[in-house]
Amino acid sequence: MSDITALGVQPAERVFARSRFPLHIAVFLAPALVIYTVFSIYPLVDTIRLSFYSGDETGARHFSGLSNFYTLLTDPAWSGHFWNALKNNLIFFSIHMVVQNGIGLGLAMLLSLPRLTGGSVYRTLLFLPTMLSVVIIGFIWQLMLNPLWGIAEKILDAVGLGSFFGPWLGQESTALITVSLISVWQFVGIPMMLIYAALLNIPDDLLDAATVDGAGPFSVFWFVRLPLILPTLGVVSILTFVANFNAFDLIYAVKGALAGPNFSTDILGTFFYRTFFGYQLQVGSPTMGATVATAMLIIILIGVLIYLFGVQRRLQRHTF
Amino acid sequence: MRPLARPGRIAVHIALILYTILAVGPIALILINAFKTRRAIFSDPLGFPDARTFTTIGFDQVFAKSDFGLYFVNSLTVTVISLGLIILIGAMAAWALTEYRFRGNTIIALYMAIGIMVPIRLGSVSILRMMVDLNLVNTLTALILVYVAQGLPLAILILGEFIQQIPKDLRDAARCDGVSEYRIFGSIILPLITPAIATVAVFTMVPIWNDLWFPLILAPGDGKQTVTLGVQQFIGQYVTDWNAVLASLTLAIAPILVLYLFFSRYLVRGLTAGAVK
Repeated sequence: MSDITALGVQPAERVFARSRFPLHIAVFLAPALVIYTVFSIYPLVDTIRLSFYSGDETGARHFSGLSNFYTLLTDPAWSGHFWNALKNNLIFFSIHMVVQNGIGLGLAMLLSLPRLTGGSVYRTLLFLPTMLSVVIIGFIWQLMLNPLWGIAEKILDAVGLGSFFGPWLGQESTALITVSLISVWQFVGIPMMLIYAALLNIPDDLLDAATVDGAGPFSVFWFVRLPLILPTLGVVSILTFVANFNAFDLIYAVKGALAGPNFSTDILGTFFYRTFFGYQLQVGSPTMGATVATAMLIIILIGVLIYLFGVQRRLQRHTF
Repeated sequence: MRPLARPGRIAVHIALILYTILAVGPIALILINAFKTRRAIFSDPLGFPDARTFTTIGFDQVFAKSDFGLYFVNSLTVTVISLGLIILIGAMAAWALTEYRFRGNTIIALYMAIGIMVPIRLGSVSILRMMVDLNLVNTLTALILVYVAQGLPLAILILGEFIQQIPKDLRDAARCDGVSEYRIFGSIILPLITPAIATVAVFTMVPIWNDLWFPLILAPGDGKQTVTLGVQQFIGQYVTDWNAVLASLTLAIAPILVLYLFFSRYLVRGLTAGAVK
């Protein structure tokens, strides 16, 4: 604030200060600013710009306003795939929110029990799948669920659920859920660790006080611990959201760019890839690719803004 | 909190052990079966390899039919150089943003933070075009530049919070002695932030090593594939050769597994420390 008043009163001093911007600060900042601007911010801005252009057969581009978005949302050749990918992505995200973050919360609760023997061994092993490449995880589960190998069926048989088994990855009705659960299986370690750290931060006095006042373990969880880790749950949610609406590797590894069967596992990431690079008979289009990318950017920004202004502001951060 | 009664304890351990089996089991199965004959893979998938069923034929095929060693070197080069640059450049920027008060400080900090939430992947159309113009397609340089740009925002955030905790006395004393700002950074600050490097490494190294997207669009051929892409291409080609598929997966898992079991304590600590902030 004082800067602004100073600006109004003494414009001469502003010029003076700017001309003497300390060299060493510039030297420290320049490499990061240049690389980040050129290879991260510029491409994003340029992608948004490209989405307002369309190319013809000769490769010449001309400004076409919002017509790409109009095509994407209404042209039958595009809109069906777009809405399908968006719908599948929402299902993908909902499964992560409920199953991944639910299991993560449960495991974190168990791991944060006082004087748990072997806690660090459990943590290390449970986090292991998260460290591996999504592609590798995709192939591992493709083999596990392969009816030819039949190992999943054999294990299900052993616990009496053998009749449930089917070619889950190959059926239109189950492929998306199966792929989502593979992703959940891999990334459950992240919410687990973040929530675990938050639970450890709650001082014991608080829990003791509640217990002394007669609260059972369930009330302690529901009325003391859960409210205190809400900010962390918010962070976990937005991280899940951004990662899910940007996902690509797993579907590509398991189902290929066509996200079969019959596009039932198609999410925005694979739709973007096909639009940009083309597939089968359709030629890839950089401008339509940029349009899909911009649409994804808008979706992610909406999510981030809802989090920043709708969720984070209302959550009181507790510091002890 | 009141310690749980004994039956409760046992139930907790049973739940954790069951979930641990679910988490580690599939990975273990791949590793076990990679060393078995094709017949044993199918007849006894859960058994360990023994004298009769042990074979390394899958590995022989992977090394004969693909440049796995080269892919590994590519991945290692990209990951190590990117991480080194992210830490050095990120620390310089974090130092400038936390230590000095100057015009535009807050705006630059906010500008750098955009990259934490907005995935750089969405700029791929322009990134590819730029790399074509710069003649960098199918080079590791393209990957390194993109990964550095992608890793910087979070690195600056984490390193900045760490630098803030370093006592002011040290640098003030150095300044009184007339030491230059560059030497204060190089000889005092850099050595002091080594503990934070583990945290930065967790958040940047693993995604770089595992990434499929940028190798796929920027460096898909010419022997510049990374391990992730190389394995993806190899399995696509030899999908029916179970020995070779299992062996290639094992080769991709093994280095991460060894590294993780050695450094898991630092990784987990870094992750939880980052979360507390």
